[in-house]
Amino acid sequence: MNDMAPTLDIQRIRADFPILTQTVRGKPLVFLDSAASAQKPRAVIDAMVGAMETQYANVHRGLHWMSERTTDAYEAARDAAARLLNAGDRHEIVFVRNSTEAINLVANSYGRGILKPGQAVLISGMEHHSNIVPWQMLRDSHGTLLRVAPVTDAGELDIEAYEKLLADGRVGLVAITHMSNVLGTYTPAERLIKLAHAHGAKVLLDGSQAVVHRRVDVQALDADFYAFTGHKLYGPTGIGVLYGKRELLEAMPPWMGGGEMISSVSYERSTWAEVPHKFEAGTPAILEGIGLRAAIEYVESVGYDAIAAHEASLIDHALARMSAIPGVTIIGRAQDRGGVVSFTLDRAHAHDVATLLDRNGIAVRAGHHCAEPLMHRFGLESTARASFGIYTTHAEIDTLADTLVKVREFFA
Amino acid sequence: MFDDVRDLYNATIIDRGRRPHHMRRLDQFDATAKGDNPMCGDRVQVWVKYGPDGTISDTGFDARGCEISKASADLMVEAVAGQTAEDTKRLFAAFRTMAQTGACPDCAAAMEPLRLLASVHEYPSRVKCATLPWHALIAALDGGGRATSE
Repeated sequence: MNDMAPTLDIQRIRADFPILTQTVRGKPLVFLDSAASAQKPRAVIDAMVGAMETQYANVHRGLHWMSERTTDAYEAARDAAARLLNAGDRHEIVFVRNSTEAINLVANSYGRGILKPGQAVLISGMEHHSNIVPWQMLRDSHGTLLRVAPVTDAGELDIEAYEKLLADGRVGLVAITHMSNVLGTYTPAERLIKLAHAHGAKVLLDGSQAVVHRRVDVQALDADFYAFTGHKLYGPTGIGVLYGKRELLEAMPPWMGGGEMISSVSYERSTWAEVPHKFEAGTPAILEGIGLRAAIEYVESVGYDAIAAHEASLIDHALARMSAIPGVTIIGRAQDRGGVVSFTLDRAHAHDVATLLDRNGIAVRAGHHCAEPLMHRFGLESTARASFGIYTTHAEIDTLADTLVKVREFFA
Repeated sequence: MFDDVRDLYNATIIDRGRRPHHMRRLDQFDATAKGDNPMCGDRVQVWVKYGPDGTISDTGFDARGCEISKASADLMVEAVAGQTAEDTKRLFAAFRTMAQTGACPDCAAAMEPLRLLASVHEYPSRVKCATLPWHALIAALDGGGRATSE
């Protein structure tokens, strides 16, 4: 790590997360499952509880004080999300339940409304199921094609193959992860987008993992769509964001119908609200939006430079410690990677490893990580995965490594 | 550090998980079914052959999964040998209760070897590992197809 890199006061950060003082089976909690869902800082908890205790009503429709204040608080989350992604316009921020819903929105609206049968959607070989299945469903219902750009043995996207898959000009949309939830690999988003645009394709980035670890600038990337979810970013479940370029969102038909998303309704026809409300049918996740705003402000207060430097240091430490354990194989050796380390142990299945680690208070995920095709690409059924957050310490990684040695001895 | 997990990961379970005695496909069989746990990716296939009297004369399995699911499948094969389909379903009901609660009131003698897995109830996320092969077996007895532990 560069000596000049911004630092992060880890003890102060940890004090912000009440759950980290919990013990599991009498052992201090070592929470290494943040890529599945991250813990929540006091600021998020207080914002949501505070809203319920002092300032809550339905939004966008009340003519009373409580509704107006709650609308302000909820809409401030849209400003926060626009700032986080450096969106040029707050109307480009659509609130959804999670990244999965964001991707399904694009598949159902852009996919059915703009893409033509015979056009292709290009994904990568390291996608989460949530960025595979919606495109299969679109293929089967709408007649689009589904292409998959392969992953190299190092766990990086095969750029040459990617470009070849774009070459015939049939790809209308590239839907690709910005950071793999299994391998930790960052995809070279800027380059991928340039290539896609050069071949006439729009690009949706699944930023569920990336936005947690790295500053995202959708304008600098020239991303057409960007999806992320609140609960991995230290915010609540039930709230996520789809960024879309305004002209694209305006051209797209609504997906779900209902209240909030209309301009006028008669039995003959209805007209749609302006973006983003056209895509936000029904009462939104008000409290979750307020919590998301607090989470974004919390991340901003720590700063992405400090977060990225801390996590880079954690990854270096984890790779060094875990590589030194006989029988441990790390899956994915990408040059540019974030805070996720998937591994296998020679003597035990990932589930058994996870069960034993849990006995020492260590929470990891084990299984296919909702990425079965990627698992099969590496000839695996499952891995264990340690993933890091803003509050993860080097000592916790040492605990993981020391415990893994004992797990291996146990299965001797 | 792991003394307390020896109740589940006892010597027999580890041995059967690692070197199952009955993990083989039957060349001749009367019924087969697959089982999978979509949440974790474990998969199992079970083959069954009936004797002239309709009882189970042979069972084999193939499994990709953890030690618990393979050991459970291996012990299951022995427990159901010579049982009728009805007896096997009763045995599964008792086994599932034991896996979920740790208790096995009025257990049939055939349950004895399965008691090695009783403490899986202390690991709620692993109960489905132990019951997955049974789901596949019951699906086979019911005419085949697929089963899931979900």
